[in-house]
Amino acid sequence: MSVTLDIRLKRANKVYREGETVAGVIVLVCKEPLQHHGITLSLEGLVNLQLSSKSVGVFEAFYNSVKPIQLISSNIEVAKAGKIPGGKTEIPFEFPLHTKGNKVLYETYHGVFVNIQYTLRCDMKRSLLAKDLSRNCEFIVHCQPQKAKVVPTPVNFTITPDTLQNIRERNLLPKFLIRGHLDATNCVISQPLTGEVVVENSDVPIKSIELQLVRVETCGCAEGYARDATEIQNIQIAEGDVCHGLSIPIYMIFPRLFTCPTLETTNFKVEFEVNVVVVLHDDHLITENFPLKLCRL
Amino acid sequence: GQSGPSSCYSQWSHIFMAPRLSTRNSSWEMKFYFSVARSRGRYYEGELQRCRPEAAPVEFGDYHPLKPIMVTDTKTRRGTRKGSTSSSSSSSSSVPPDPLSSMLDGTDPLSMFAAASASETPVMSHSDLGRKRKEKEEEVVGPDFEPWSAKRGEILARFTTTEKLSIVTNSPVFSVGKAPSPGSSAVSEKVRTRLEELDDLEEGSQRELLNLSQQDYANRIEELNQSLKEAWASDQKVKALKIVIQCSKLLSDTSVIQFYPSKFVLITDILDTFGRLVYDRIWTMCLDPRPLPDSFTAEDVNDTAKETCLNWFFKIASIRELLPRLYVEAAILKCNRFLNRSGIQETLPRLTAMIRGIGDPLVAAYARAYLCRVGMEVAPHRKDSLNRNFFDLLSTFKQISGDSVQKQLVVQRVEVPEYLTLYSPAINWILQCIAYRAPEPLLTEMMERCKKLGNNALLLNSVMRAFRPEFVAARATDFIGMIKDCDEAGFPKHLLFGSLGRSLACADPPEIERLTILNEAWKVITKVRSPQDYINCAEIWVEFTCRHFTKREINTVLADIIKHMTPDRAFEDAYPQLQSVIRKILTYVHDFSVLFSMERFLPFLDMFQKDSVRVEVCRSIMEVFIKHQVELTKDPVILNAMLHICKTMHDSVNALTLEDEKRSLSLLIIGFIRMVSFGRDFEQQLSFCVEARATFCNLEPVLVQLIHTVNQLAMETRRVMRGSHSRKTAAFVRACAAYSYITIPSLSSIFTRLSLYLLSGQVALANQCLSQADAFLKAAVSILPEVPRSISVEGKLRSSESFLLDFINNFLATLLVVPDHPEHGVLYLVRGLLNMVQDYTWEDNSDAKVRVYVSALPLLAAMSQETYIYSISKVDSNETLYGGDPKFLSELNRLCETLIGQILDHLKTLGGDEHSTRRQGTLAFSLFGVLLAHGDLRNNKLSQLAVNLWNLSHKHGYCDTRVSVRTLEYIKHQAQQPDMTHLSDTAQRLALQSRT
Repeated sequence: MSVTLDIRLKRANKVYREGETVAGVIVLVCKEPLQHHGITLSLEGLVNLQLSSKSVGVFEAFYNSVKPIQLISSNIEVAKAGKIPGGKTEIPFEFPLHTKGNKVLYETYHGVFVNIQYTLRCDMKRSLLAKDLSRNCEFIVHCQPQKAKVVPTPVNFTITPDTLQNIRERNLLPKFLIRGHLDATNCVISQPLTGEVVVENSDVPIKSIELQLVRVETCGCAEGYARDATEIQNIQIAEGDVCHGLSIPIYMIFPRLFTCPTLETTNFKVEFEVNVVVVLHDDHLITENFPLKLCRL
Repeated sequence: GQSGPSSCYSQWSHIFMAPRLSTRNSSWEMKFYFSVARSRGRYYEGELQRCRPEAAPVEFGDYHPLKPIMVTDTKTRRGTRKGSTSSSSSSSSSVPPDPLSSMLDGTDPLSMFAAASASETPVMSHSDLGRKRKEKEEEVVGPDFEPWSAKRGEILARFTTTEKLSIVTNSPVFSVGKAPSPGSSAVSEKVRTRLEELDDLEEGSQRELLNLSQQDYANRIEELNQSLKEAWASDQKVKALKIVIQCSKLLSDTSVIQFYPSKFVLITDILDTFGRLVYDRIWTMCLDPRPLPDSFTAEDVNDTAKETCLNWFFKIASIRELLPRLYVEAAILKCNRFLNRSGIQETLPRLTAMIRGIGDPLVAAYARAYLCRVGMEVAPHRKDSLNRNFFDLLSTFKQISGDSVQKQLVVQRVEVPEYLTLYSPAINWILQCIAYRAPEPLLTEMMERCKKLGNNALLLNSVMRAFRPEFVAARATDFIGMIKDCDEAGFPKHLLFGSLGRSLACADPPEIERLTILNEAWKVITKVRSPQDYINCAEIWVEFTCRHFTKREINTVLADIIKHMTPDRAFEDAYPQLQSVIRKILTYVHDFSVLFSMERFLPFLDMFQKDSVRVEVCRSIMEVFIKHQVELTKDPVILNAMLHICKTMHDSVNALTLEDEKRSLSLLIIGFIRMVSFGRDFEQQLSFCVEARATFCNLEPVLVQLIHTVNQLAMETRRVMRGSHSRKTAAFVRACAAYSYITIPSLSSIFTRLSLYLLSGQVALANQCLSQADAFLKAAVSILPEVPRSISVEGKLRSSESFLLDFINNFLATLLVVPDHPEHGVLYLVRGLLNMVQDYTWEDNSDAKVRVYVSALPLLAAMSQETYIYSISKVDSNETLYGGDPKFLSELNRLCETLIGQILDHLKTLGGDEHSTRRQGTLAFSLFGVLLAHGDLRNNKLSQLAVNLWNLSHKHGYCDTRVSVRTLEYIKHQAQQPDMTHLSDTAQRLALQSRT
């Protein structure tokens, strides 16, 4: 006797904001009538923190600081123990997204060391002979729009051998002049990162120009913290020996789930940076770093 | 018995001897009719008069089988196909001439659907309609836009390589994969990448295929195309995407650069497929609750479809590498329609700008071409990004002379001119998109820009190829100036002139400039050294020359081509182009006397030395000749040339030539022969036929045509002489007969020979050539035994019996008017024929022989009349020859008796099984019919025989009762004639079989 349990949300994109109501149906499909010991539905929002391998040893002392943080949790009983008729049964439900106390619903974020996730979980208890059924469904929370006006703060940059730090033999470097700008470092998360880069001249052919989006995650508290920067994505915007003097567009869409508005709390921080990486034909790597501040409108 | 002297035709003697028909009289009926088998006297005039139908006025609208089928009723029988096709004679409905359209009238579910939906849509105001229409026009590319599909074949054929190719596909596709699970954070970064690579390897995405030939490469790409479709069909959308990404990545590889344009064609095919799949998928998601209208907007699209569409765009936006990200997004550009109204017009400029990041100018140029291609398809009115693409292209032109490109060319050992031609398809396409319905000033501006770039030849070439021919033609002189100013080193000038020529082939420059243009162009063309380059260009310009100039200029051009192509037999490599030259000339010159009076035309034909090509060329000339030569001709120039051409075709026929080929060649040559006429100069015509026979002896249909022509000639002579030949014309028609007589035996088809002998015999008879007619008919009789029992008809083996019977009946009908030869016996030919029939080996169980006998009886009856039913003027038939001599009549009667005896003998052998009895009945009935029609039934014995035959045919009940009834009615009707009253007695004795 087969039975399937599914949760279907009303919104196709599964995106909700604080104060809104998560609505949907629980869908049960079984061929014959089904006996059960009660169906429950629970909603939970959690922040999971992880320590990176390199910092594990140092922070074992205050292990407590990295236990999951609960943002929201509620439970309802959908059906009391009883029988479900054969065929397709749809049970509608609604959960208002309200926090208790002064807690804030952070935006959904899938990172490496920080994960903010909201799930609906439906459980069906059954007799001893049959397995309990359960179904998870993640939904996405977007945080409340920022009230303050976003100031774009454009930034210009020029890269020459002289502007570089962190190099071994400056005099071995070929000559080049790369200029450009980002239209904003205060970015709206739903809009692309834009700008321009121009290779004015270069003795050595360019091999590639890339945009590297980096997340900087910090976990810990006043006593000590771990801060790790990892790559989210790398987008190539130029390939090969591009035409000199011709502006090349910088354009990157912030990936959903893997980015969120820049977040700073007492226990953890999520920040973002972008690197403009120029690879020369002799595999010299030139990187220009720009911290970003993401927000949602 | 009578035996004809076998003097001059000794070989025929055994045939034309006295009748060897046996006269055994053992059968039961024999005794009754012996010596009574005489035919009744006929009064043909009167009979004819009686047979004429009463003049019944024919009403219009009466039923006629050839009248179109009319539909009587469509309303009551909706959708029932059967009923609606019933034909009707009602003359009132003269409406639908087309049964198909009328059949669908009002019952077609599609049109009903359309009608229903039309009535549902709210009535639009006029301005609204106008706007809608305008939008529609903007959105759709007209048929005057040459589509990409027309280009791809040419590109694939043109850009080929013998170098080895390779396909390298490596793994990390998406820059943002799944965030590594926290658990794996313990594993070092390096290990993790390796693991990911392994994962991908398992999916078969990392592979390197080396040493592929061009064909292998194309096959491999096609495989990818297939696996894309399979992956999509099996719902593996991510795999499908990966395949597309891998493919577009191949476009950044320029390692075998000569092949790049073809590679572009192959790979963008896959991208197009992908774009279609994604679009269709999302479109089907919108089917619920009702299908989207064609002009849908984003508001009509449901959330799920939108979300899916958005997901595709997010996924594509995260593709790591530039080229795949660009191409794949371009491929699904159309899907923006699902998301918002402005999506496409925002995306196009962004993608255009994105191409600036592509370093390799060739790769960039093709990426632009692709973008323009999808752009044209989705938003053809958005000229701004098309223009932007072109301007960006212009500003990156300097890269071609840059170090990176030059180094690459050195490594790959490709010359600059060849490299530059690789750009042509891309630039041509971009310019074509821009030029499509573009206003004149824009084109002028483009031209100015090209000028500014130092008359860049590559650009100039593309401008000429892409812009409207009218535009180019109007400025042809300007263009020639620009071509002259171009740098010779970069781009070969003959290509530029080729492009100009192509425009001038379809649009006309101002009249006063034409000669100068031709001179200027040819000055350059004639200097081209390489024969291949030369002919490629010259071939194009031939059209311009033919279009505007006379045979003098065309002749000069031909002379120049001959001069260039003859050394080192260069023409051998240029047959297609040379053929095209001929084709173009034939398109414009239809006057063959002009054509063949060009001195260099036939020498030009001599360059086609490969047999197959030469025949093909001759064939094309002949086809044009047959189509356009309206008047008969005797122009010696045309005749000589055409004979030469036809002879070439004829001489190509050998043992291996296919039957179809022979047939079509024959048709062409026949077409020529029919166009030849020397008017009243019949002798000249005959001698032409003699010459033609010698020339075309291997093609039988041509010989047949020649025989017909000569026969026609004889009849024409007769007509001119009004039936009375002079000594001279008599000799001439005899010469014609002689021509046919010696030509016919060379034909292989026995039935062709037979019918031609008969026909020629008739013609000879008509022309009073009695001995010739005799000879023809004898010849026909003498080859009868050669007729095989089965012949091949349209490739199938069929019994020849029915053909043979047809022929013999026809032959018998002619024999009535053939007078007996004074030196041969009475009814010499008839006897000869009947003897042949008797000796012929008929099929087993066949009544054919007896059926011939039955049908010979009416002939004999007709011969016994005082006045024959027909005769030939100025030829005395036997009626006059014998003048009703009783001996002649009794000879006829005896012959009839013999025949009837034979028939009755045969009837006796039949019977027994059902099939045989049935045959007996049929045969008896047909003999009965003949006796009734031609026999003198006043004779009791004959009448008794008739009755016996009637009874025999009805004995077993296999006869057709309806026919019997009608026959009986006919007899009763006849019996009312004054001299036929005796028939009523006979009729009373004929019992109708009652049906049991």
